[in-house]
Amino acid sequence: MTIPNIVGAGLIVIGVGIGIGRIGGSAMDAIARQPEATGKIQTAMLIAAALIEGIGFAALFAA
Amino acid sequence: MYRKLLNFLSIFIFIFSLNSFAQDHGHDTHKKEENNHKVEQHTNSHNKELTLKEQIKEDIRHHLLDSHDFHIWQNISFPLPIILWDNGLHIFSSSKFHHGESVAESKGSYYAISHGNGHIYKTDASGAIHLNEKGFEANEKPLDLSITKSVAMIMITGLLLLLLFGGLAKSYAKNGGIGKGPGRLLEPIVLYIRDEIAIPNIGKKYYKKYMNYLLTVFFFIWFVNLFGLTPLGVNITGNIAITFSLAILTYLITTFTAKKDYWKHIFWMPGVPVPMKIILAPIELLGTFIKPFALMIRLYANMKAGHVVLMSIIGLMFLFKSWIGSPLSFGLAFGLSILELLVAALQAYIFTVLSALYFGSAAEEHADH
Repeated sequence: MTIPNIVGAGLIVIGVGIGIGRIGGSAMDAIARQPEATGKIQTAMLIAAALIEGIGFAALFAA
Repeated sequence: MYRKLLNFLSIFIFIFSLNSFAQDHGHDTHKKEENNHKVEQHTNSHNKELTLKEQIKEDIRHHLLDSHDFHIWQNISFPLPIILWDNGLHIFSSSKFHHGESVAESKGSYYAISHGNGHIYKTDASGAIHLNEKGFEANEKPLDLSITKSVAMIMITGLLLLLLFGGLAKSYAKNGGIGKGPGRLLEPIVLYIRDEIAIPNIGKKYYKKYMNYLLTVFFFIWFVNLFGLTPLGVNITGNIAITFSLAILTYLITTFTAKKDYWKHIFWMPGVPVPMKIILAPIELLGTFIKPFALMIRLYANMKAGHVVLMSIIGLMFLFKSWIGSPLSFGLAFGLSILELLVAALQAYIFTVLSALYFGSAAEEHADH
């Protein structure tokens, strides 16, 4: 667990956090605009979040 | 015809799952042990607690890795059979190994379990395992087809799924379209997979061919993840060989049931200028490999990381030994377990959705191109 490893892990978490945060934010905006489409928006949000998290975990394993 | 293909593929995945132990390397445990070490460095270490730390490490390792005996509770464990192929079939009980300490002898050849990564190696009567210059074991390895903990759990899960769904199907026939019995819980989930995952992605015309696989993969991953959360200590999808076999199945199904339009889109993408087409072809080809690869890594990393963190926090609970530290760790572990329940279902859902997406791109045929 050297210092570059830890710094890399931190950067990865920042990246994942920003990505999923933005998705969550735009999902909230979309739900606010059209409450009847909440189901579809939630589904799409989950899929996008899982994709980003997948990369995050893979990179975290390498770091 | 497709039923036969899917039957063949399910036998294929069964064989892969038998190999799963032999292919899991010890690299992950090394990293995770470092992780645990970092967590435990913060506490005071008296002489007594050093052995507690080591004991915790051993327990965590035991939970995360596959093993040749099924350890259910403190003293209740039963050894699982070991099946080796080494110019002849060797079948014996893993109790001959005495938890890795002694050398097992079968039909004249000797086998020992290496302490480093828990694999079975062929050795001589003294049980010596030679390390090569990089520190890895250099003995010969027989083909390891034994029934390990993971394999036994997969079989149990398969049996459970057969019982649940088989019972549900029979009750439909008996009761004229109304299901009875415990399988009733699963009916809305099956309908959800058909109506929200399969039909939107694959289209009404071809979705039926893929429903078998989608349903199997969803319930298999979900149930196996749920079993991983029990105190039995089975971490099945946290084993990269298992997720590799699942991803390979998705890849094989997309490749072998793909229509002409799919290959046209990969190698000669319509609607772009010719230089772009030539550049796009290798990238798209690489994409067909990377998409199942990402499926494998996503499921594996999510499950393994979740288990490691959960086990570490539980281990932390034993290390603190103060009035405030242990209950806090317990609360954190409890909360994380609830999250893990969500992650178990979510990972199964994501795997299914992405597989359906890939099948959709394989099975679609445009009229407008």
